[in-house]
Amino acid sequence: MSDDIISHTDVLIIGGGMAAAWAAIAAAKAGASTILVDKGFVGTSGVTATGGPNHWWVPPDPAVRRDVIEKRLEASCGLGDPEWMERVIDTTWRTLPELGRHYAFGTDGKGGTFYSGVRGSEYMRALRAYALETGARILDHHPATQLLVDDDGTVVGAKGHGRLLGRDWEIRAGAVIIATGGCAFRSGLIGSHGNTGDGYLLAAEAGAELSGMEFSIQYTMSPAWASTRTLPYGAARYYDANGEELDVPPRGHEHYQILGKALLAGPVYADLADAPAPLPPILHLIQPFTPPPFARKGIDLFRERWPIKLYGEGTIRGTGGLRIIDDECSTTVDGLYAAGDAATRELVTGAISGGGAVNSAWALTSGQVAGEAAARRALGRRHLSPARAKAVGSVGIHPANSVRDIDRRAIEADVDLHLNGYQRSLFRSGPQLTETLDILDTHWRDLRDHGRADGTALVSLRETVALTATARWCTAAALARVESRGLHVRVDAPDLDPKGGVRLLTGGLENVWTRPESRRFAEAAE
Amino acid sequence: MIAHIFEELCDGCNSCVTICPTHVLDPGSPVPVIARLDQCQTCYMCELYCTSDAIYVAPDQHVVENIDPDIIRASGHLGRIRHDHGWDRAPDAGHRHLDDYRQLGPLLREGGETAARRYRERHGD
Repeated sequence: MSDDIISHTDVLIIGGGMAAAWAAIAAAKAGASTILVDKGFVGTSGVTATGGPNHWWVPPDPAVRRDVIEKRLEASCGLGDPEWMERVIDTTWRTLPELGRHYAFGTDGKGGTFYSGVRGSEYMRALRAYALETGARILDHHPATQLLVDDDGTVVGAKGHGRLLGRDWEIRAGAVIIATGGCAFRSGLIGSHGNTGDGYLLAAEAGAELSGMEFSIQYTMSPAWASTRTLPYGAARYYDANGEELDVPPRGHEHYQILGKALLAGPVYADLADAPAPLPPILHLIQPFTPPPFARKGIDLFRERWPIKLYGEGTIRGTGGLRIIDDECSTTVDGLYAAGDAATRELVTGAISGGGAVNSAWALTSGQVAGEAAARRALGRRHLSPARAKAVGSVGIHPANSVRDIDRRAIEADVDLHLNGYQRSLFRSGPQLTETLDILDTHWRDLRDHGRADGTALVSLRETVALTATARWCTAAALARVESRGLHVRVDAPDLDPKGGVRLLTGGLENVWTRPESRRFAEAAE
Repeated sequence: MIAHIFEELCDGCNSCVTICPTHVLDPGSPVPVIARLDQCQTCYMCELYCTSDAIYVAPDQHVVENIDPDIIRASGHLGRIRHDHGWDRAPDAGHRHLDDYRQLGPLLREGGETAARRYRERHGD
């Protein structure tokens, strides 16, 4: 069956959030013909659009930057790379102000411009406009369902389905960038419904490796009925159903463990009486999306207590993703690059999250780096005659057995339970992880044996496949790292292993494997 | 989740269909159709982008809520998010829409410091 839309471009970017947009801008400015295919709409897709990234903002003073990098290296628990940190700081500083033509940066209150913090919706609207201005083409509602590779296994494009057009597409490219975001396992985290790990799956099917998938325990607190942004919540007091105040450490894994344990026993209520006094009258001006979830329920968020939930953030604010093997954001597969939350952020943050500011700066920088590198590669390959291309998707496309209806909701509910459920996630232990992996493997076999669909149904099915695959990699990595380090905390291995300062790689679809990266990084850091 | 598109306000542009990141809506006349409510992530983007302020998103992202359109129309919620963003409005005299945004960082930090101080005092550190 011939695909309805076939095209060729220098650089193909899969994804449509912050990193993808910066990648498109860089590639187009470098002279490459550039197409960006997003599952949703570039401008509203992803967690940046619903958020408000603060960028790691460090002025070009060598002493200041050295100090910042030293502190970051220490915080990374031995897994960060100072060169990458320098690159991220410098690229962010130079690049962000370029957006000024499209983003109305506000004042810094001291006669200057405030650059480092941007509001998500306006930021993504500006990035879309900037990308279009550079000549990049944006194909909204064009989810990718498979990568294309040539006889050598080099990635030469992708194919997918145009949701609004109801037609499949196929695009050949000199270089492909995966910028599909992280995966929150459909916890309900605001903006993350589409972050189902699609890019990890596509890349893994072409043979790519992942790294740091065990550093995936992160949560954000919000009302039980809706995930929101969190500016007002920092000083919250928490109460149980009897009105007893909980003793909650202000930060860290223990903060979430105490809240999670309480939530397992019954409802927990937040009380914002201690919120900064200037905040209530101006919240709607800073975060206009935050008051409506309360106002529309008739709840005064600052004066009433309201029930909470912890929303899992998985590899979005967690640090792992596709393994990057050089300073051009190459994955382990020729022709394939990765940027943003889809790539591992260990290079900059090591074993911890890094906080929003570092994460955003990473997305911007890796987008720029990957975009430039992909453009250079593609421009150098324009003279090559088109290769034979093979689509490498398997599960959901080529069932191993008879086609049967898959209960996607049940599988996704199980993935959410095992990866976001408080007991399993906040109190990780070997036996529980083993049990989880067995259950996920059973779902995988079901999908592998019986899953098959076309059109938009295939898009949804592949999301379930990606969620399951990502859950398996995170769980296998968590099992393999028998220590606690940064975001990865195990109650059966609560201490840091001095020999554990090595990144853990994972991959594989039929059989999930893990192995430590070479000791080279650990030794170089000493 | 998205709960209602007001026919008498909608101008039929179908922008919401395009900008919804999770493909909830189908084009329709007189109003777009809420075709895949289970994919709605309650992000309010449709309200933000609707220049007619014709869309109402109910606050619960897990449970479908039935609303009374007349009550919603009178509530003041319609268009509130777009207005508070200053989304399609020119800035007010001397004040750009994002001029207050720089306060986010300090207010966030202040909240965190309050929590930390409270914990320290409770534990006599």
